[in-house]
Amino acid sequence: MGALVMSKAITIDGKSVSFIDGQTIMDAALAAGVYIPHLCHNPEFEPHGNCKLCIVSVNGRNMTACTMPAAEDMVVASNTPELDSDRQALVQMLFVEGNHICPACEASGNCQLQAAAYYLKMLSPHFMHFYPPREVDASHPDIFLDLNRCILCELCVRASREVDGKNVFGISGRGIGTHLVVNAASGRLGDTNFAVTDRAAQVCPTGAILIKRQGYKIPIGQRTFDHKKISEVQMEPVKRTEPEHE
Amino acid sequence: MEPHEFPHIEQQLAPVFERHGCEANQLLKILREVQEIFHFVPPAAITCVASHLGVPRTQVEGVAGFYFFLSLKSVGKYRLLFSDNVTDQMQGNPELMQYFCHKLWLEPGKVSEDNLLSVDSTSCTGMCDQGPAALVNGWPLTNLDRDRLDLIAELIHDKKPVCDWPSMLFEVKDNIRRAGTLLGEPFKPGAAIRATLDRGSAATLMEMEASGLRGRGGAGFSVARKWSLCRAAAGDHHYIVCNADEGEPGTFKDRVLLNSYADLICEGMTVGARIVGATQGFLYLRGEYRHLLKKLEEVLARRRATGLLGRSILGETGFDFDIEIHLGAGSYICGEESALIESLEGKRGRPRNRPPFPVTHGYLDQPTVVDNVETLACAARIALQGGEWFAAIGTTQSTGSKILSIAGDCARPGIYEYPFGITLHEILGDCGAEDPYAVQVSGPSGTLVSSKEFDRRISFEDLPTAGAFTVFKRGRDILQVVQNFAHFFAHESCGFCTPCRVGTQLQKKIVDKITHGHGTVYDLEELKHVGHIMQSMSHCGLGHTAANPVLDMLEKFPDAYEHKLKNFAFEPVFDLDGALETARNITGRDDAWAHLS
Ligand SMILES: Cc1cc2nc3c(=O)[nH]c(=O)nc-3n(C[C@H](O)[C@H](O)[C@H](O)COP(=O)(O)O)c2cc1C
Ligand code: SF4
Ligand code: SF4
Ligand code: FES
Ligand code: FES
Repeated sequence: MGALVMSKAITIDGKSVSFIDGQTIMDAALAAGVYIPHLCHNPEFEPHGNCKLCIVSVNGRNMTACTMPAAEDMVVASNTPELDSDRQALVQMLFVEGNHICPACEASGNCQLQAAAYYLKMLSPHFMHFYPPREVDASHPDIFLDLNRCILCELCVRASREVDGKNVFGISGRGIGTHLVVNAASGRLGDTNFAVTDRAAQVCPTGAILIKRQGYKIPIGQRTFDHKKISEVQMEPVKRTEPEHE
Repeated sequence: MEPHEFPHIEQQLAPVFERHGCEANQLLKILREVQEIFHFVPPAAITCVASHLGVPRTQVEGVAGFYFFLSLKSVGKYRLLFSDNVTDQMQGNPELMQYFCHKLWLEPGKVSEDNLLSVDSTSCTGMCDQGPAALVNGWPLTNLDRDRLDLIAELIHDKKPVCDWPSMLFEVKDNIRRAGTLLGEPFKPGAAIRATLDRGSAATLMEMEASGLRGRGGAGFSVARKWSLCRAAAGDHHYIVCNADEGEPGTFKDRVLLNSYADLICEGMTVGARIVGATQGFLYLRGEYRHLLKKLEEVLARRRATGLLGRSILGETGFDFDIEIHLGAGSYICGEESALIESLEGKRGRPRNRPPFPVTHGYLDQPTVVDNVETLACAARIALQGGEWFAAIGTTQSTGSKILSIAGDCARPGIYEYPFGITLHEILGDCGAEDPYAVQVSGPSGTLVSSKEFDRRISFEDLPTAGAFTVFKRGRDILQVVQNFAHFFAHESCGFCTPCRVGTQLQKKIVDKITHGHGTVYDLEELKHVGHIMQSMSHCGLGHTAANPVLDMLEKFPDAYEHKLKNFAFEPVFDLDGALETARNITGRDDAWAHLS
């Protein structure tokens, strides 16, 4: 680096990371090539902060990196055995909360939940499975919506609202009954104005939103996370884990 | 007609839109009325409301699906909700509910075939001193017993409107047993405002500072500091909000303040408004306290008529302030200040990401003070009598008095006001607790205290409390108490963040497993693990505290669970006998032969 204007900086795992006012800890980390595990964050959209995978320890207090504004002199610890173990527990919670049968899932290998589990060295779901009864909605001509795999990250909600300007998705219920809803009195995706070209059709980190007639086009073994770790893929700004479509 | 056909919905809802206008932040108010008209929020109403308010359908469905007093399926013309607090449980509410369901051929949570009635349980309704309690269409029923339920069954059978039911069913007493400076001394409406105007805002703020007043809602934040931050914050409008959500099970002191000391509360709000520069205030009243609404509206009307609210208060040009009451709809999380603000804006009650904090970005993103009912009542007294007077009461770090809502195993449940620093021993003596064994201080999110600790003191530095004080005598099953609390948190988690949404469920399932005699030492470790994740990874105070009762029990009450544990390290969750439950329900059998053991 040459002679730059004095910028502000935080420390993440001992590394000095500069930031400008308004950036979150996550923004600063992503820009500096420092990986903090995350699932519900995607820099294209407003931060949401609900998966809690990105929690880091800031001067000894746990904070959500994707929503916490960076401030001068923050000393951030992220890549610690304690935090990774807590993050692993969160991923396990997401697994048992839904019905994730990865070997039978078309998203397997492209799924960020699965990849996060590998990254955090998760060997089993650990907790008791909830086996919730959830719906699969095949009413849309081009898209499957399989709520068994929804982790409530609201990326589709945000993409549809912020980019597509459509509000196809929303959240209803509360507590463990919290669930994704679509913008139709019938409750069916086919009765909304959702289109396969929408940004919201491309952002699901799991196999909850799947584009039809793409099944196993890319064979297992050649998929995004078959060769790369989530920490590498999520650091590539544009080329994300989206399945391409015609 | 099918309950799903609503050909005249536009006409039916027209007066509702007329009353509330078509601003998106009126959504919750509108949906409360929709619920009253149809006994649920039908899909057609969601579509209609969405188009009138110009918001996506998903937003309306999101709000309708969030609050317990709104429902997406019909709950019938009469909805009877039995209070599920541990005190109601000890007073026999589960058996009463069963009795009532049996009598009327009902299944909890399901509406009767004629769409007339449904029965369910709900989180603490704040009547612990006069339970067992319930709500019928939102109105509180107290001192329930079989005779009263027989009468209620008859009234429902005769389809008598709830407003025509005998008033003795709805009687709610204050039960003030011990009054101190806050409750005991007379107060003349307007006096605190007069004193504030005479002294000036800056000087009154200094009195708040000198008083050492800290928030009574739980967190204990300095009132002077909160008010100064809001006063200094830039914004088009400033707001002051009275948090009357009082959702913490076992707490009912705000109910009494609202019923009998409303002037003191309004006065505290008005003084606060003068100091922070607010022209609009809100009182967020929990849905369970709907019975207080009319009386509170009357107080506001009287204060407007006497120049204590409205334009030019007490003749002071430019001092304009008014208060609007918002009714909640069955959600504990809406007591959390940022969730409360979301709810005021007509949204789902989900805690916001912070910073920014409400003092700079609160209601409609404007600087907002949120204070507990009791805090505001104290502030009014301080504005009148000065900071030094207040600071002389209590301890150095916890000035003033604290109002406790005492219930459970004691002869004289009710409201007790004490100077901070009082020991549990003294309190237990005063309320007539016989052979006390444990006390839950500050509700499920607080501390479970064992008899070894009864010399501890109510104060921010030792045992902080938002007011609940629930007594358990020797012989009470502490595991059952903790199970009740675990169910409470699982029911009230807003569902936003992973650790709390899933963790409160895991905690509930594991505690249930131990209660049913299938737990092992492994499960105790698992409870600690889940508790740790909730404490360290959750988004808000609900998740941070949801493990408290469980962890307190593990540490202090080994006798409560050890005899329940199996003698080996691990037993799978799958429960053969439990799997037959559905079959038992279908056949209506519960005899020994219908069980595997
Ligand atoms: C889950 C949860 C529920 C809460 N419920 C209430 C409540 O019912 N009443 C209340 O005054 N404060 C409640 N609080 C605390 C509020 O967030 C806030 O701290 C308080 O209203 C501030 O007022 P005070 O400073 O006067 O105490 C709750 C907090 C949490 C995390
Ligand atoms: S469908 Fe996918 S993108 Fe949408 S909330 Fe669920 S997991 Fe997230
Ligand atoms: S901790 Fe619980 S109540 Fe708080 S935001 Fe998370 S899910 Fe909601
Ligand atoms: S990535 Fe920050 S909370 Fe999900
Ligand atoms: S592998 Fe199917 S949702 Fe993750």
